[in-house]
Amino acid sequence: MLLCTVPLSLGFGLMNGSLPLTPIEVWYALLGNNEDTATEVLWQLRLPRVLAAFVCGGLLALSGALLQALLRNPLADPYILGISGGAAVGALAAMLLGAGLATTQLSSFTGALLAIVAVFGLGFRHGERNIYRLLLTGVVLSAGCGALISLLLILAQGEQVKGMLFWLMGDLSYSQGLPFAWFVLLAVGLCATMLSGGLDVLAGGLDKAAVLGVAVGRWQAGLYFAAAVLTVTALQLGGSIGFVGLMIPHAIRLLGVSAHRWLIPSSTLLGGSFLVLADTLARMVWSPLQLPVGIFTALLGVPVLLWLLSRRS
Amino acid sequence: MQAFLEARKLTVAIGGKLICRELDMMIRPGECWGVLGQNGVGKTTFLRTLAGLHTPQAGMVSWNGVALAAHARRSLAQNIGVLLQNEGGEFWGSVQEYVLLGRFPHRTALFGCNVQDEALVPQALAQMELEGLAHQPYNTLSGGERQRAAIAQALAQQAQCYLLDEPLQHLDLRHQAQTMQVFSQLKEQGCALMVVLHDTLWVQRCCDHVLLLFADGHALHGAAHELLTRAHLEALYQCPLRELFVEGERWFVAGV
Repeated sequence: MLLCTVPLSLGFGLMNGSLPLTPIEVWYALLGNNEDTATEVLWQLRLPRVLAAFVCGGLLALSGALLQALLRNPLADPYILGISGGAAVGALAAMLLGAGLATTQLSSFTGALLAIVAVFGLGFRHGERNIYRLLLTGVVLSAGCGALISLLLILAQGEQVKGMLFWLMGDLSYSQGLPFAWFVLLAVGLCATMLSGGLDVLAGGLDKAAVLGVAVGRWQAGLYFAAAVLTVTALQLGGSIGFVGLMIPHAIRLLGVSAHRWLIPSSTLLGGSFLVLADTLARMVWSPLQLPVGIFTALLGVPVLLWLLSRRS
Repeated sequence: MQAFLEARKLTVAIGGKLICRELDMMIRPGECWGVLGQNGVGKTTFLRTLAGLHTPQAGMVSWNGVALAAHARRSLAQNIGVLLQNEGGEFWGSVQEYVLLGRFPHRTALFGCNVQDEALVPQALAQMELEGLAHQPYNTLSGGERQRAAIAQALAQQAQCYLLDEPLQHLDLRHQAQTMQVFSQLKEQGCALMVVLHDTLWVQRCCDHVLLLFADGHALHGAAHELLTRAHLEALYQCPLRELFVEGERWFVAGV
């Protein structure tokens, strides 16, 4: 069933937008035999956008699944460890100074990197790996970044504020580095699926994992960096898109999939499909005006998750 | 005979509290050790030290003559099965999947498990009478059922040595007897066991050696029939005991 969501969401994303296309038109445009408007729109605009949304959703959902295993906390999401806060401060500061897209991207990457180093340095100090200190450090850093973001928003003027809000709510209009993002998603997804048995064991408790042969400290550090790389890559693609990393792994679990060897690929595929759907709606609803995709991830995700929760109970 | 686990000049402490000082002991194949002591005396910490989960203040623990720290965690897990008193985690899968985690140290497959690993699970479930719950979600089990599942997981691990922290907690009388019978079978097969227990009757029935951990940090160890005396146990639990003989078995009753 999950496999069906991938072609359906991709098809939906390719067909809809300012210029609606039928499935037949999409098919011929994909084959690229004609040099008409449909082919140009599909290859130049829609396909890159849909692929960016899919990979970004996959990155966020996979990051959420890994962080929930690392922190053994169902409320963990890709932004809990302050990475997005650091990236947002970097991006918004660059925007405030009137920087271009490339500088903004670099600045957000630097902010995320500083946050990663700070959280890891303080959370895993002296080789003593305390997961609660890591979590608390991330939450405290996020709060600090939240204050700085508010300050930057207050200092910004007119059109700058709009750009900043789009970044904060997620926007896939200016996605760059798509091949690298696909490489990260495939490499981390494959490794995580291969090591999924260890994730199952780790979820059962740290002492339990140690007595079952998991080198806990190394696994924790590896999971943290894998999740950080996934999150930073997603942030570079689409800004701070919320809800996907938290909701998708939970939705998969509520559908009865719990073993990580299924949870990891299922979350990745469903996360990708879900963000394609949300992004397509963000492009369609007030077309030609495009809304931040983060609005639709929450609007679509909240009722679905609540329905799954009530069905489960 | 080469000892499986050996403690040399082992001093264990936690939070400033001394648990044992310069203890020398060996656990050999086919031996079953009972660990007795008051609540809070440090039985769990001592067992965690033998499992390599707690660093001793001084001295060392070795497995097959090599210090625990020199072994990879996976290699230790292939040989030493540990039943924790409190796992401190959650598991979202079925009972069968939970027990299968016991095969993790032996896994060779890149994705999922070997057929041989999966074939060991029904046997472990049957030993703990959990066949009927195999497909039930683990987090719906009662305390006693979870305890049996944890023991089944340790059995699936097929270790040579088992460190078991209060394996009878939450178990009803029938499952207590059945569990101790399983441990006796392991012992007959040549496994070494160290079991933290509070019931001296089970220690007398199943253990050939005992380790008594006293509140002041000194420890006694040796043959069970020599150390399980009223005087030792009164000193251990710091309360008067009565010694009763029922159908040829000796019972210690506290407080009256």
